[in-house]
Amino acid sequence: MNVRWEDVVPGSEPPPLVLGPLTRTDFVRYQGASGDMQPIHHDEPFARAAGYQAPLAVGMYHAGVMNTWATNWLGPENVRRTRVRWKAQAWPGDVLECGGTIARKYEESGERCVDLELVCQRQGDRQTVVEGWMTFVVPA
Amino acid sequence: MIDKSALGAVGAPFELDVERGKIHEFARATASAHPAHFAGDDPVSPPTFLTTTFFWEQLVPDSNPWHRVRMSPERGMHAEQEYVFYGPPPRAGTRLRCQSRIAEIYDKQGRRGGTLTFVVMVTEFRDASGTLVAEAKMTGVETAQAPAEKA
Repeated sequence: MNVRWEDVVPGSEPPPLVLGPLTRTDFVRYQGASGDMQPIHHDEPFARAAGYQAPLAVGMYHAGVMNTWATNWLGPENVRRTRVRWKAQAWPGDVLECGGTIARKYEESGERCVDLELVCQRQGDRQTVVEGWMTFVVPA
Repeated sequence: MIDKSALGAVGAPFELDVERGKIHEFARATASAHPAHFAGDDPVSPPTFLTTTFFWEQLVPDSNPWHRVRMSPERGMHAEQEYVFYGPPPRAGTRLRCQSRIAEIYDKQGRRGGTLTFVVMVTEFRDASGTLVAEAKMTGVETAQAPAEKA
Protein backbone atom coordinates (compact mmCIF):
# COMPACT_ATOMS: atom_id res chain seq x y z
CA MET A 1 0.00 0.00 0.00
CA ASN A 2 1.73 3.09 -1.27
CA VAL A 3 1.58 6.52 0.31
CA ARG A 4 -0.32 9.01 -1.84
CA TRP A 5 1.59 11.90 -3.41
CA GLU A 6 -0.69 14.53 -1.88
CA ASP A 7 -0.14 13.01 1.57
CA VAL A 8 3.66 13.37 1.36
CA VAL A 9 3.95 16.80 2.96
CA PRO A 10 6.30 18.23 5.58
CA GLY A 11 4.87 17.32 8.96
CA SER A 12 3.49 13.99 7.72
CA GLU A 13 6.69 12.10 8.57
CA PRO A 14 6.14 9.09 10.84
CA PRO A 15 7.61 9.19 14.35
CA PRO A 16 11.18 7.92 14.79
CA LEU A 17 11.86 4.20 14.95
CA VAL A 18 13.33 3.45 18.38
CA LEU A 19 16.09 0.84 18.32
CA GLY A 20 17.60 -0.79 21.35
CA PRO A 21 19.00 -1.05 23.91
CA LEU A 22 21.55 -2.38 21.38
CA THR A 23 22.93 -5.83 22.13
CA ARG A 24 25.91 -7.80 20.92
CA THR A 25 23.38 -10.26 19.48
CA ASP A 26 22.01 -7.48 17.24
CA PHE A 27 25.52 -6.88 15.90
CA VAL A 28 26.19 -10.58 15.31
CA ARG A 29 22.84 -11.05 13.54
CA TYR A 30 23.62 -8.11 11.28
CA GLN A 31 27.17 -9.27 10.61
CA GLY A 32 25.95 -12.71 9.59
CA ALA A 33 23.37 -11.16 7.29
CA SER A 34 25.85 -8.78 5.66
CA GLY A 35 28.97 -10.94 5.51
CA ASP A 36 31.10 -8.32 7.27
CA MET A 37 32.71 -10.39 10.04
CA GLN A 38 35.02 -7.65 11.40
CA PRO A 39 35.79 -8.96 14.94
CA ILE A 40 35.78 -5.52 16.59
CA HIS A 41 31.95 -5.70 16.55
CA HIS A 42 31.61 -8.98 18.48
CA ASP A 43 34.95 -10.19 19.89
CA GLU A 44 35.29 -8.60 23.35
CA PRO A 45 39.04 -9.29 23.87
CA PHE A 46 39.76 -8.05 20.34
CA ALA A 47 37.80 -4.82 20.92
CA ARG A 48 39.50 -4.18 24.27
CA ALA A 49 42.95 -4.80 22.79
CA ALA A 50 42.10 -2.13 20.20
CA GLY A 51 41.38 0.33 23.04
CA TYR A 52 37.58 0.16 23.13
CA GLN A 53 35.47 -0.50 26.23
CA ALA A 54 33.22 -2.97 24.39
CA PRO A 55 32.49 -4.21 20.87
CA LEU A 56 31.31 -1.18 18.92
CA ALA A 57 28.08 -1.20 16.96
CA VAL A 58 28.29 -1.98 13.24
CA GLY A 59 27.80 1.36 11.46
CA MET A 60 25.94 -0.26 8.57
CA TYR A 61 23.56 -1.89 11.06
CA HIS A 62 22.00 1.24 12.51
CA ALA A 63 22.35 2.97 9.14
CA GLY A 64 20.27 0.11 7.73
CA VAL A 65 17.68 0.53 10.47
CA MET A 66 17.54 4.25 9.72
CA ASN A 67 16.72 3.29 6.12
CA THR A 68 14.04 0.89 7.42
CA TRP A 69 12.30 3.83 9.06
CA ALA A 70 11.98 5.39 5.59
CA THR A 71 11.06 2.23 3.64
CA ASN A 72 8.33 1.40 6.18
CA TRP A 73 6.75 4.69 5.16
CA LEU A 74 7.46 5.12 1.42
CA GLY A 75 8.00 1.50 0.32
CA PRO A 76 11.23 -0.48 -0.26
CA GLU A 77 10.58 -0.82 -4.02
CA ASN A 78 10.51 2.98 -4.37
CA VAL A 79 14.05 3.72 -3.12
CA ARG A 80 16.31 5.25 -5.76
CA ARG A 81 19.20 6.54 -3.67
CA THR A 82 20.50 6.27 -0.14
CA ARG A 83 23.57 7.86 1.38
CA VAL A 84 24.74 7.70 4.98
CA ARG A 85 27.53 9.44 6.88
CA TRP A 86 28.74 8.31 10.29
CA LYS A 87 29.26 10.95 12.98
CA ALA A 88 29.91 8.95 16.15
CA GLN A 89 30.18 5.42 17.42
CA ALA A 90 27.39 3.55 19.17
CA TRP A 91 27.73 0.95 21.90
CA PRO A 92 25.89 -1.98 23.44
CA GLY A 93 23.18 -0.55 25.72
CA ASP A 94 22.57 2.54 23.58
CA VAL A 95 19.03 3.35 22.54
CA LEU A 96 18.90 5.01 19.11
CA GLU A 97 16.11 7.01 17.48
CA CYS A 98 16.00 6.83 13.68
CA GLY A 99 13.83 9.33 11.84
CA GLY A 100 13.83 12.12 9.33
CA THR A 101 12.10 14.87 7.45
CA ILE A 102 11.06 15.73 3.89
CA ALA A 103 13.68 17.96 2.29
CA ARG A 104 12.23 18.32 -1.21
CA LYS A 105 9.30 17.15 -3.29
CA TYR A 106 9.55 17.42 -7.08
CA GLU A 107 8.89 15.83 -10.48
CA GLU A 108 11.80 14.69 -12.59
CA SER A 109 11.82 12.72 -15.87
CA GLY A 110 8.09 12.12 -15.45
CA GLU A 111 8.47 10.66 -11.94
CA ARG A 112 7.28 12.07 -8.64
CA CYS A 113 10.21 12.16 -6.22
CA VAL A 114 10.80 13.01 -2.61
CA ASP A 115 14.16 13.66 -0.93
CA LEU A 116 14.51 12.90 2.77
CA GLU A 117 17.03 13.99 5.36
CA LEU A 118 17.55 11.32 7.99
CA VAL A 119 19.15 11.24 11.38
CA CYS A 120 19.92 8.56 13.93
CA GLN A 121 20.45 9.98 17.43
CA ARG A 122 21.34 8.41 20.74
CA GLN A 123 18.78 8.86 23.50
CA GLY A 124 20.25 10.65 26.49
CA ASP A 125 23.11 12.75 25.12
CA ARG A 126 21.26 13.34 21.78
CA GLN A 127 24.51 12.65 19.94
CA THR A 128 23.97 12.20 16.21
CA VAL A 129 25.36 8.78 15.34
CA VAL A 130 24.52 8.70 11.61
CA GLU A 131 22.96 11.17 9.22
CA GLY A 132 21.57 10.28 5.83
CA TRP A 133 19.84 11.29 2.64
CA MET A 134 17.41 9.22 0.59
CA THR A 135 15.42 9.68 -2.61
CA PHE A 136 12.16 7.83 -3.24
CA VAL A 137 9.76 7.82 -6.15
CA VAL A 138 6.07 8.03 -5.26
CA PRO A 139 4.05 6.00 -7.79
CA ALA A 140 0.60 7.24 -8.74
CA MET B 1 49.69 5.06 5.32
CA ILE B 2 47.56 5.06 2.20
CA ASP B 3 49.13 3.92 -1.04
CA LYS B 4 47.98 6.58 -3.49
CA SER B 5 49.17 4.47 -6.40
CA ALA B 6 46.00 2.39 -5.78
CA LEU B 7 43.99 5.10 -7.55
CA GLY B 8 42.41 3.54 -10.63
CA ALA B 9 42.88 -0.03 -9.42
CA VAL B 10 40.11 -2.29 -10.73
CA GLY B 11 38.99 -5.51 -9.07
CA ALA B 12 38.19 -8.78 -10.78
CA PRO B 13 34.47 -9.07 -11.68
CA PHE B 14 32.37 -11.12 -9.30
CA GLU B 15 28.77 -12.31 -9.09
CA LEU B 16 26.15 -11.56 -6.46
CA ASP B 17 22.98 -13.64 -6.43
CA VAL B 18 20.12 -11.71 -4.86
CA GLU B 19 18.47 -14.51 -2.86
CA ARG B 20 15.06 -14.62 -1.20
CA GLY B 21 16.24 -16.11 2.12
CA LYS B 22 19.10 -13.65 2.31
CA ILE B 23 16.66 -10.78 1.80
CA HIS B 24 14.53 -12.12 4.68
CA GLU B 25 17.61 -12.45 6.88
CA PHE B 26 18.93 -8.98 6.02
CA ALA B 27 15.55 -7.28 6.43
CA ARG B 28 15.10 -8.90 9.83
CA ALA B 29 18.63 -7.90 10.88
CA THR B 30 17.82 -4.26 10.03
CA ALA B 31 14.54 -4.25 11.96
CA SER B 32 12.25 -4.39 8.93
CA ALA B 33 9.05 -6.43 8.79
CA HIS B 34 7.86 -4.76 5.56
CA PRO B 35 5.88 -7.28 3.47
CA ALA B 36 7.74 -6.18 0.32
CA HIS B 37 10.80 -7.99 1.74
CA PHE B 38 8.92 -11.13 2.82
CA ALA B 39 5.97 -11.84 0.50
CA GLY B 40 6.10 -13.76 -2.78
CA ASP B 41 8.91 -15.47 -4.67
CA ASP B 42 10.83 -12.37 -5.70
CA PRO B 43 10.82 -9.84 -2.83
CA VAL B 44 12.68 -6.57 -3.32
CA SER B 45 16.00 -6.16 -1.50
CA PRO B 46 16.49 -3.56 1.26
CA PRO B 47 18.29 -0.27 0.39
CA THR B 48 21.64 -1.27 1.93
CA PHE B 49 21.46 -4.95 0.92
CA LEU B 50 24.25 -4.65 -1.66
CA THR B 51 26.69 -4.42 1.25
CA THR B 52 26.52 -8.24 1.00
CA THR B 53 29.32 -7.86 -1.56
CA PHE B 54 31.37 -8.44 1.62
CA PHE B 55 30.44 -12.11 1.27
CA TRP B 56 30.43 -12.56 -2.50
CA GLU B 57 33.71 -10.81 -3.25
CA GLN B 58 35.51 -13.23 -0.90
CA LEU B 59 34.75 -16.02 -3.37
CA VAL B 60 36.78 -14.37 -6.14
CA PRO B 61 40.48 -13.57 -5.67
CA ASP B 62 41.50 -9.94 -6.32
CA SER B 63 37.88 -8.75 -6.63
CA ASN B 64 38.22 -6.12 -3.87
CA PRO B 65 40.74 -3.41 -4.83
CA TRP B 66 40.24 -1.75 -1.40
CA HIS B 67 43.08 -3.95 -0.10
CA ARG B 68 45.45 -2.16 -2.48
CA VAL B 69 44.82 1.12 -0.62
CA ARG B 70 46.49 -0.26 2.53
CA MET B 71 44.44 1.92 4.87
CA SER B 72 45.61 1.72 8.48
CA PRO B 73 43.31 -0.48 10.59
CA GLU B 74 43.89 1.81 13.61
CA ARG B 75 43.43 5.18 11.90
CA GLY B 76 41.05 4.22 9.12
CA MET B 77 37.26 4.20 9.25
CA HIS B 78 34.17 3.92 7.08
CA ALA B 79 33.02 7.53 6.64
CA GLU B 80 30.19 7.36 4.11
CA GLN B 81 28.24 4.84 2.06
CA GLU B 82 25.93 5.44 -0.85
CA TYR B 83 23.74 3.26 -3.10
CA VAL B 84 22.09 4.54 -6.26
CA PHE B 85 19.41 2.48 -8.05
CA TYR B 86 18.49 3.02 -11.69
CA GLY B 87 14.98 1.66 -11.10
CA PRO B 88 13.59 -0.40 -8.21
CA PRO B 89 16.27 -2.10 -6.09
CA PRO B 90 17.08 -5.63 -7.30
CA ARG B 91 14.67 -8.45 -6.53
CA ALA B 92 15.32 -12.04 -5.45
CA GLY B 93 16.31 -14.15 -8.42
CA THR B 94 18.54 -11.49 -9.96
CA ARG B 95 22.15 -12.38 -10.67
CA LEU B 96 24.29 -9.27 -10.59
CA ARG B 97 27.72 -8.93 -12.14
CA CYS B 98 29.77 -6.62 -9.95
CA GLN B 99 33.05 -4.80 -10.37
CA SER B 100 34.82 -2.39 -8.01
CA ARG B 101 37.38 0.31 -8.68
CA ILE B 102 39.27 2.87 -6.62
CA ALA B 103 37.70 6.01 -8.05
CA GLU B 104 39.12 8.82 -5.89
CA ILE B 105 41.88 9.47 -3.37
CA TYR B 106 42.18 12.97 -1.93
CA ASP B 107 43.45 14.87 1.11
CA LYS B 108 41.59 17.35 3.30
CA GLN B 109 42.77 19.42 6.24
CA GLY B 110 41.09 18.18 9.43
CA ARG B 111 39.30 20.61 11.75
CA ARG B 112 41.64 19.75 14.61
CA GLY B 113 44.72 19.88 12.43
CA GLY B 114 46.32 16.98 10.66
CA THR B 115 45.58 15.68 7.22
CA LEU B 116 42.65 13.41 6.44
CA THR B 117 42.98 11.14 3.43
CA PHE B 118 39.72 10.05 1.77
CA VAL B 119 39.39 7.04 -0.51
CA VAL B 120 36.32 6.32 -2.64
CA MET B 121 35.58 2.89 -4.08
CA VAL B 122 32.79 2.57 -6.64
CA THR B 123 31.13 -0.78 -7.35
CA GLU B 124 28.93 -1.22 -10.41
CA PHE B 125 26.12 -3.79 -10.47
CA ARG B 126 24.86 -5.02 -13.85
CA ASP B 127 22.09 -7.46 -14.69
CA ALA B 128 22.25 -10.36 -17.19
CA SER B 129 21.72 -7.99 -20.12
CA GLY B 130 24.62 -5.78 -19.01
CA THR B 131 22.36 -2.95 -17.89
CA LEU B 132 23.69 -0.91 -14.96
CA VAL B 133 21.09 -1.40 -12.22
CA ALA B 134 22.91 0.00 -9.19
CA GLU B 135 26.11 1.63 -8.03
CA ALA B 136 27.72 1.64 -4.60
CA LYS B 137 30.11 4.31 -3.39
CA MET B 138 32.12 3.58 -0.27
CA THR B 139 34.16 6.38 1.30
CA GLY B 140 36.84 5.58 3.83
CA VAL B 141 38.98 8.07 5.69
CA GLU B 142 42.35 7.75 7.37
CA THR B 143 43.26 10.27 10.05
CA ALA B 144 46.77 11.46 10.76
CA GLN B 145 46.40 10.42 14.42
CA ALA B 146 44.49 7.56 16.00
CA PRO B 147 40.77 8.45 16.40
CA ALA B 148 40.35 10.55 19.55
CA GLU B 149 36.90 9.16 20.23
CA LYS B 150 37.63 5.94 22.07
CA ALA B 151 35.08 6.20 24.83
